[in-house]
Amino acid sequence: MTKRKTPMLDELEKGSWPSFVSDMKQEAEAREKTDVDLQTPRECVDDLLGLLELTYVDKVVHWKHGGIVGVFGYGGGVIGRYCDQPEEFPGVRDFHTMRVNQPSSKFYSSEYLRQVCELWERRGSGLTNMHGSTGDIILLGTTTPQLEEVFWELTHNLDQDLGGSGSNLRTPSCCIGKARCEFACYDTQAICTEFTMEYQDELHRPAFPYKFKFKFDGCPNGCVAAIARADMSIIGAWRDDIRIDQEAVNAYVGGEIKPNGGAHSGRDWGAFDIQKEVVDLCPTECMSWDGKKLGIYNKECNRCMHCINVMPRALRIGEDTGASILFGAKAPILEGAQMSTLTIPFMKIEEPYEELKDIVEKVWDYWSEEGKNRERLGELIQREGFQKFLEVCELDADPRMIQEPRSNPYIFWKEEDVPGGWERDINEFRKKHQK
Amino acid sequence: MGPEEDRQLIVDTLKKKKGKTKFYLKDFNKIFPDRKPREVKKLVNKMVTEGILEYWSSGSTTLIGLKGAGKQHDTEEKDE
Repeated sequence: MTKRKTPMLDELEKGSWPSFVSDMKQEAEAREKTDVDLQTPRECVDDLLGLLELTYVDKVVHWKHGGIVGVFGYGGGVIGRYCDQPEEFPGVRDFHTMRVNQPSSKFYSSEYLRQVCELWERRGSGLTNMHGSTGDIILLGTTTPQLEEVFWELTHNLDQDLGGSGSNLRTPSCCIGKARCEFACYDTQAICTEFTMEYQDELHRPAFPYKFKFKFDGCPNGCVAAIARADMSIIGAWRDDIRIDQEAVNAYVGGEIKPNGGAHSGRDWGAFDIQKEVVDLCPTECMSWDGKKLGIYNKECNRCMHCINVMPRALRIGEDTGASILFGAKAPILEGAQMSTLTIPFMKIEEPYEELKDIVEKVWDYWSEEGKNRERLGELIQREGFQKFLEVCELDADPRMIQEPRSNPYIFWKEEDVPGGWERDINEFRKKHQK
Repeated sequence: MGPEEDRQLIVDTLKKKKGKTKFYLKDFNKIFPDRKPREVKKLVNKMVTEGILEYWSSGSTTLIGLKGAGKQHDTEEKDE
């Protein structure tokens, strides 16, 4: 039992869902009994529960905003948290968060996880968040003197670095990629690791007007949602044709292979109907089925992945693979959420990634010069225009960058962009068009 | 201008700002309008390592100020 009465939090333990309150109570009880040589207050989780209960009663947050904490030489990875009721809750007087750079695709050994948990039980609160939305392992709550100690043990004993926070490059993150997925159009883990190592300075020391995120999706299924969450989204794509095994298509139609890998088997949906479930759902209407043979007009395909997801044994991604590069996604703080905008329709993604790094550095220089304080790249593109962004990237406008003419984004052609240019007599123009 | 003069210019400029102790990285760019932001960033981060400047972070944004200036984490708790 925890020491504090938490009637409002107790409500959150009811119902069929797992409860973070139950988890915290379990940890509070474990800390009370443990014979581990705890370096942080034994009652910190109890106090955290008490503070949260008070927050619910007062309907105001009882954490102060940020602080001057960090580890030597790093300007990110530690988020300072101080409680504004330290006398009543001394266990969470200082209760800082540490972000730990997850390995690409979050592959761990159980031994590593035990080591992280042992360290955090001894030198932190024992509470973790696996994982934060950027992808890092989040270690929740430790005192100021423990920050350097935790960092030393992480780097020396676990061969593990901190992640990004503040106005830094955030920890790059990728999908499971070629490790387990046949849809991966490039090696997401290789490039994620390479970018993490290449841009260590930007990751650990504030470099930008605000945060900057890279996310690597191996295919348009988007398992790390790069298009919605990253300032620079690298999304796998192919530029040749979807490979079709007509025999396997007929096996799906004949019921010998279950569609969607058998995922929708919870109830009887009836026999698989390729026309209704695949062909008619194609967003560009580029598929046909004559009862024996599936046809795809690949020039119209926009790589939505639906047909491949439904019939993965019959349809495979093309062989000439790479990625589409998009910029500017962000969450809704200013002007609502924004998705990334397609900027480079296709690029081969191969080591040493020089072409991609050139673009990254051009974009960073532009954003650092022109971006306002706390302005995300997507907001800068919106403010100054996509045309300006293309100039910065030294790219030509391309019909594939827009959804439809005169919609998003709007390109004003300059005379030098148009073969032959044009001549216009402004006086003649003004006769018909008043100012 | 040499590196020592650059450091002094930063310190003097920040000291002159009344009522403000923490600054965005872009404020440092304004001190050196002719230089690339990347160059200024490297100098500012070096000055943090040397103990002349220090970071303040909200978690999402980082500000930079003279070490010891303004609100400090060990006094924050004592403020009313």
